[in-house]
Amino acid sequence: MIARGAMHRGSALWIAALVHRLSGLALAIFLPLHFLALGLAIDGEAKLEGFLRWTDQPLVKFAEGGLIFLLTVHLLGGLRVLVIENFDWRDGQKQLATLAAALSAIIAFFFLARVF
Amino acid sequence: MNVRLYLWQRATAALMVPLVLVHIAVIFYAARNGMTAADILSRTHGSIVWASYYGLFVAAASIHAAIGVRNVLAEWSPLKDRGASQFAIVFGFLLAGLGARAVFAVVLS
Amino acid sequence: MLGDLSVSLWRGGKEGRYETYSVPQRQSQTVLDVVTFVQRHIDPTLSYRFACRVGVCGSCAMTVNGRPRWTCRTHVSKVAGSGRLEIGPLENLPVIKDLATDMEPFFEKWQKAQGVFAPSKTRHETIEQIRPDSAARRLADAAIECINCGVCYAACDTVRWNADYLGPAALTRAWTLLNDERDAGGTARLQAVAAAGGCHACHSHQSCQELCPQTLNPTAAIAGLKRRTAAAYLKGEIKA
Repeated sequence: MIARGAMHRGSALWIAALVHRLSGLALAIFLPLHFLALGLAIDGEAKLEGFLRWTDQPLVKFAEGGLIFLLTVHLLGGLRVLVIENFDWRDGQKQLATLAAALSAIIAFFFLARVF
Repeated sequence: MNVRLYLWQRATAALMVPLVLVHIAVIFYAARNGMTAADILSRTHGSIVWASYYGLFVAAASIHAAIGVRNVLAEWSPLKDRGASQFAIVFGFLLAGLGARAVFAVVLS
Repeated sequence: MLGDLSVSLWRGGKEGRYETYSVPQRQSQTVLDVVTFVQRHIDPTLSYRFACRVGVCGSCAMTVNGRPRWTCRTHVSKVAGSGRLEIGPLENLPVIKDLATDMEPFFEKWQKAQGVFAPSKTRHETIEQIRPDSAARRLADAAIECINCGVCYAACDTVRWNADYLGPAALTRAWTLLNDERDAGGTARLQAVAAAGGCHACHSHQSCQELCPQTLNPTAAIAGLKRRTAAAYLKGEIKA
């Protein structure tokens, strides 16, 4: 008995909250892998170097760009929550949320520009 | 429990704002200069600064991610509060352990 | 000469189906007019709720094309873009029959949040002077006009995902009372809104604020509760 196509769920702020949650989940899954990769240095520099060269592949670089997008968007989304919860109410939040998403994409794009 | 978890979640979030910004800057620097493992490790080896920075980051991230995951599980999965909390605690320790090992790897080994 | 509307109405209880009716369009027709037409002229077994029909009681709230709204204040011309309407009961509440929901869980949570005035004086004491422009009174006034229509509760995803969550309306009322100088509810009420399913469960999706027909802002009220409970906890006034 769920109503179909709930329109208010398409609002910019609802999407911002969902993106915040999904990016957090993605980062939480990524983090153990990140730590394992860095831990390769225990076995010596060569092991880590081997891994780093593996990450030179274009596909991996794209994935890294994606991760930077997730990190930035999660940070900015978190700032949104911290501001709502700790400061006076402000209008124009929808515009700020859209701006935050754009900013994250731009930063990720700059990263990709540097590595390609 | 709720107030405590809420405060830890928000506090670690606020703490990580500058930590993440520095981390992104580090990523950009390393990417631009095409750093090798040797380049990276020569900078981090025996460095109190890097050990402290990343040690703090690992601690904050472990707490923050664990509480976040707990909330998502309680709302989106069949696990209820207790199951979600148990999973989150294990996850938090896993992150902290692997993270500490990673810091050790780049600073001391 | 306006054509006919194709209107799908939920029939049944928790289980059921949408049934479609053909309703003549009229000038300035509201969704409540449409539902009323079906019950009076097509199917008298349709169950629905309304009272004032003029947007002051909140009884006629239903889900219209996926969004919870007051049906008496929703013009058909604004929502039936392609001549089609889908009307269901409010979400997040048990369905009694067709378009009427059981509001009891909503009001139980109101009580749980201690959204009830706790008197601090008797009639024999002097009445305190409340300045309308005092900071606390401004906060209370901004949040006080809730008429318990349930739209915010129906719109809230956290209510949907978290059975314990008290919901935007109950928490907003608790907030107004915390800002009411005459109220003696104090730390007990703070403790109530800091419990599981209290203000900390809110993720600031802001569906409540976007859809409240009284233009209230539960997200802001709940943010206020988060600040007050955090301060009280750090001062040892309430337990975690």
